[in-house]
Amino acid sequence: MPDTLDITVEFTGGLEMLFSNQRKHAISLPSREEDGNPATIAFLVRYLCQSVMKDRRKELFVLDDTVRPGILVLINDADWELEGEDKYEIQKRDNILFVSTLHGG
Amino acid sequence: MSPTEDVDAYVLRLRRQVRAAEVQLRDLRRQLVQAEKQADEARNLNKNHDRGLPFAQQSKRLAVLRNIGQEQGYEGHTNGTEDRSQYARSKRRWPLRKEEYKRYGRQLIMPEIALEGQLRLRSCSVLVVGVGGLGCPAALYLAGAGVSTVGLVDGDTVEESNLHRQILHSTEKIGMSKVDSAAEQLRSLNPLVNYVSHREHLTPQIALQMFDRYDLVLDCTDHPTSRYLISDTCVLLQKPLVSASALRTEGQLMVLNNPPRAAGDVTGGPCYRCVFPRPPPAESVTSCGEGGILGPVVGVMGVLQALEAIKIIVAGIPKPFDADRNIDISTVGREEASDASAPTQDPPSLLLFSAYTSPPFRSVRLRSRRKDCMACSASATITRASLTSGSLDYAQFCGVVNPVSVLEKDSRISANDYDAQQSMLEWFRQTRGSEVYGAMTDTIVDVREKVQFDLCHFDRAINVPWSEILADDEPLKRALEDLSARRQITVVCRLGNDSQLAVRKIRELRRRGGAIGSVETDDSLVMDIEGGLRAWTRDVDPEFPEY
Ligand SMILES: [Zn+2]
Repeated sequence: MPDTLDITVEFTGGLEMLFSNQRKHAISLPSREEDGNPATIAFLVRYLCQSVMKDRRKELFVLDDTVRPGILVLINDADWELEGEDKYEIQKRDNILFVSTLHGG
Repeated sequence: MSPTEDVDAYVLRLRRQVRAAEVQLRDLRRQLVQAEKQADEARNLNKNHDRGLPFAQQSKRLAVLRNIGQEQGYEGHTNGTEDRSQYARSKRRWPLRKEEYKRYGRQLIMPEIALEGQLRLRSCSVLVVGVGGLGCPAALYLAGAGVSTVGLVDGDTVEESNLHRQILHSTEKIGMSKVDSAAEQLRSLNPLVNYVSHREHLTPQIALQMFDRYDLVLDCTDHPTSRYLISDTCVLLQKPLVSASALRTEGQLMVLNNPPRAAGDVTGGPCYRCVFPRPPPAESVTSCGEGGILGPVVGVMGVLQALEAIKIIVAGIPKPFDADRNIDISTVGREEASDASAPTQDPPSLLLFSAYTSPPFRSVRLRSRRKDCMACSASATITRASLTSGSLDYAQFCGVVNPVSVLEKDSRISANDYDAQQSMLEWFRQTRGSEVYGAMTDTIVDVREKVQFDLCHFDRAINVPWSEILADDEPLKRALEDLSARRQITVVCRLGNDSQLAVRKIRELRRRGGAIGSVETDDSLVMDIEGGLRAWTRDVDPEFPEY
């Protein structure tokens, strides 16, 4: 198994503002967590917070160690709840999209 | 495989082939009989035509007929076309009115709509909740398409800042109820549709009664509280829901509770709570007033809502299952379109629109109904009674952002007092020279976002956007580095909320020393303008732009 997984992470619905105003990020994610388990979405979220997000307003992205309510996580364009939520094991070339819901009208 | 099994299989195969051939033969015979019959009819028709008389003789025949008719007392058709309708009228009733064929002709001739689709539209009542940026275009297209009734819900009045996107309203309608303004415009577009005005904000107490008479609901509102309430009501009444939202350059669209099955029926479409079981933290919710909105962006989403609504209506909306009578009754507009003949449902999806991304549209797959959903699962806790009694507090569920109030009253300066202070400084500048003035003057920190700062700002103001202050200490440190020790710092923003938080931040940085250096800790030197620039325009300078 390679050391890193090359994946695409995207942010939309205003979340991009927390990530240097950039919607699309090419990420080389460590393929294993510190404890040796395969990298999951939960790990990716932690990784994004620690290594990618420069904004200090972490609470606008995570709450209680998972993405905050009002954010949908889409794994290759499907709701993560169809894929095992944060336990989904990330594969190379996966596209992970974080969508913050909009409320304006 | 043993030899006998082999032969058995062969026999079976032959039998199947014989059966198939017999079916085919029967079918061919039936076709032959039909074809022969048609050929006969065609021959007879031709013969009749062959027997046709020359025109002169035909008119003679008509004259003879007329004579006979008059002898028998027939009075019609004597003077021109007037009475011709007697024949036409007796012939048949057309399902649509003459003006409807004309008005809806361009969609009627499309196989996707056709006569049947139009009849379904004509018997369908749609409720549009929120007559703003989404509701205006959505209602326009639904009225244009010829639904039976468009219900409009909104408690607001038309404001000038609505007009760039809320296309049913116009300049002379400022101050008028949005619902009245919209209904007037829609009526002039299509008087064949009924318009029902609900000039009030939706509340849990009235939602069930209001929604009950409609077949389909459009959520065109702008806040999570109303989104949960509308979804819950639609689930309880088994109405499909087309939900959209927009902010800045992006929009989102979902068709929910479709098919609109009873709570606990897993074949029903997911509801808003299935997708978002928990509301977002109140402070993460940005309104169009705060974040901005591009007119065509919200317009696109409203138009798409109308489109989804038309698709659902034309496909046939199942009537809600009537628990009291225990029968499942047909569909709106057509009887046979019950479950069996209903078109296969698209899996639930969320459509994302982003004006500055290529490609601008993206559709993602959503989950189905949640097994523990509060609204639509077998273990649902939201009931008609809990809604009407008002025991469900949507505002509390979604949380409210209270107006920021972190500074004591004496840490703030009113717009009027600030004006007085500045006038006095100006007098010093004119009478005592700029040196004294320079030492006494304050530093104005405007913490609005740069694009807002660029719209209008105080002459001497420096811009340090609140979002940058939040992200990092450096911008503020850089901006305040060259401050002389005992200079007043005045912070201002649009409404006087962020400015309070910024004052607190600046005081904290000053106390920590750091880059600001030897500045004496003196909190009273740092203040904000109460009520922000809005108060400044209201109380001091009416010419200062308000946006
Ligand atoms: Zn649900």
